[in-house]
Amino acid sequence: MYRYDAIDRDFLADRAAEFRGQVARRLAGELTEDQFKPLRLMNGLYLQLHAYMLRVAVPYGALSPSQMRAFAHIARTWDKGYGHFTTRQNIQFNWVRLGDAPDILDHLARHDLHAIQTSGNCIRNVTSDPYAGATADEADDPRVWSEVIRQWSTLHPEFSFLPRKFKIAITGSEADRTAAKVHDIGLVVRRAEDGELGFEVMVGGGQGRTPYIARTIRQHLPASRLLSYLDAILRVYNRHGRRDNIYKARIKILVASLGAEEFARQVDEEWARSGPEADLPDTELARIRGAFAPIAFEALPARSEALESAAASDRGLARFLRNNVKAHKRPGYAIVEIALKAPGATPGDASAEQMDRVADLAERYGLGDIRATHEQNLVLPHVKLTDLAAVYQGLSEVGLGYPNINLISDIIACPGLDYCALANARAIPVAQAIAERFADLDRAENVGELKVKISGCINACGHHHVGHIGVLGVDKKGEEYYQLSLGGSGAQDASLAQILGPALPADAVADAVDRLVETYLALRQDGERFLDTYRRAGMNPFKEAVYADAH
Amino acid sequence: MPTLIRLIDGRFEAAEDRFTDLADDAELVAGPVILSLTRFQAESDALVTAGRQVGVRLAASEAVEDLAYDLPRLALVAPVFPKFRDGRAFTTATLLRQRLGFTGEVRALGDVLREQAFFMVRCGFDSFVPADGSTAEDWSRAAGRFRHVYQRAADDRAPAFVERAQ
Ligand code: SF4
Repeated sequence: MYRYDAIDRDFLADRAAEFRGQVARRLAGELTEDQFKPLRLMNGLYLQLHAYMLRVAVPYGALSPSQMRAFAHIARTWDKGYGHFTTRQNIQFNWVRLGDAPDILDHLARHDLHAIQTSGNCIRNVTSDPYAGATADEADDPRVWSEVIRQWSTLHPEFSFLPRKFKIAITGSEADRTAAKVHDIGLVVRRAEDGELGFEVMVGGGQGRTPYIARTIRQHLPASRLLSYLDAILRVYNRHGRRDNIYKARIKILVASLGAEEFARQVDEEWARSGPEADLPDTELARIRGAFAPIAFEALPARSEALESAAASDRGLARFLRNNVKAHKRPGYAIVEIALKAPGATPGDASAEQMDRVADLAERYGLGDIRATHEQNLVLPHVKLTDLAAVYQGLSEVGLGYPNINLISDIIACPGLDYCALANARAIPVAQAIAERFADLDRAENVGELKVKISGCINACGHHHVGHIGVLGVDKKGEEYYQLSLGGSGAQDASLAQILGPALPADAVADAVDRLVETYLALRQDGERFLDTYRRAGMNPFKEAVYADAH
Repeated sequence: MPTLIRLIDGRFEAAEDRFTDLADDAELVAGPVILSLTRFQAESDALVTAGRQVGVRLAASEAVEDLAYDLPRLALVAPVFPKFRDGRAFTTATLLRQRLGFTGEVRALGDVLREQAFFMVRCGFDSFVPADGSTAEDWSRAAGRFRHVYQRAADDRAPAFVERAQ
């Protein structure tokens, strides 16, 4: 893991001190809320429906146990005992008092954490593959490049007042676990045929009210030229992105209106003029790469008989192994996903006790490494097979052993009307109702991979456009209604979901999802996921199943 | 009269403004003047040959490249911030310094707030007409808040990767 040095630490201390001063001026009445708002937003402090919400960055989703404990401490001391992991691998505290915010930032800074650029029209916290360094299928460790981008983007002098927020995702793996294609910039690290390391650069993806899949503007950018090329993209966007309409200000609109070819041409022209001075020197790249040096894994057998016999007599463990445990690149190790989606839970929420437990387990069994995923779960990327039963046990004791990763109840949901000032409708209770409907895990496993994603309004923080089943909260004459859509994907086979039909009242959503699932089960051919069946069979059978009674 | 703050040899100081910032329909006055790009393009030859110091105000939507050939004759360029949130002038200033090699005064006009001081200085601005009543002291504090920076920019601060290599 990258460890902050004295420079990184000074930087966070300076930032925390600056914010303390600003809060003091606000509390003393020297700043009005209008004047204070842009300042607090630069530190991730939002004013929500009921309270201030503090969004803390988890750079590229990687956490140490002590950082996880710092979150637990914050949840206990300054919040209501829990935190909420978001679709950008960050964590939000929903019940923060303004006067406490400086102490929270100080506490974070002591653990090399911060809230810098978690809001505002700047380059946001970069997201990456939660399996980085653990999966066999990666060309290079994307955390190296994420850290390069973290530093480059931190208080960037030229690009901190962009037309709109700017999100970058990086994956080193063809199996995309970052939703790269719905980011402002998505980067895929690859080796060319001659072995040279480079990036496929995709630009202009996004969700919100006008969703787009990103377009590739460069097939293979030499890795050493990353920063100058990013500068060129950002510069074209900063100059030409729209600023007259907040809904047309994201880079996706610029790319769509110019066309990807013309946008690429402008970037290339700008890039040619600026030359390689903006690129990171090899020495610094080597220093950062050194921080992610391969771990000295033990030589272990590829199977554990003890584990297999434990699983034979424990159905829960067996199910956990089937659904939550993924292949590691080294024999004898596994990647463990921890679902923050148990029945009745709020997707993404973790209590202080749960956070502490994850930290303990990571320390004891997980080489001190924890990741957050954009699907609002946690990951222990390096666990020995022989420790899996103990990890499962430890997680289950605090309600984190639920074995539903990638199943229909592993739902992404935004905070919705329970917290968010922009919401049309609640998202959390809808997620809970669907999860409850599929609480029978035999049935859920039979249904297989099915991604349900729920947003409380058109801003699409719950990624409904890329849900196999997307659910969007709409307001119909003051009532909460939900529009369903089908066929989206945020992965390497990215696509946008299509609307199923008229919006449904809240109490009809779980029923409708049930019918969609039954239709799929009736139609599915060998090995098809819900998404595959939809893509083959089209919308009609699904539509009929849900709206048949309405005719 | 709005205050002018200048950054000279690393120090922020209140300064007397020798320039008159002229609207397009205002009558020409004696001494150094700042004009819009359009007016400058119409009247530049007469003004500059008369030996007068001339500055150009650049709207956020105007391309700094349009001034490239005139820069050696200009004493000042003033990118305008229509709102503090509109960050186009940061690119304008950066290009002026880094690409076009402009060494004259680069003045921040418009919605210029002390909270932007750090970014403005890094992009090569060296004079400021604050819209929030802030003083040279405020600017000095705001611009110097961070002991380290992460990028190479138009100022001469050594980025973290250079500090680390030392
Ligand atoms: S999608 Fe809408 S309701 Fe949900 S968090 Fe985003 S803005 Fe709020």
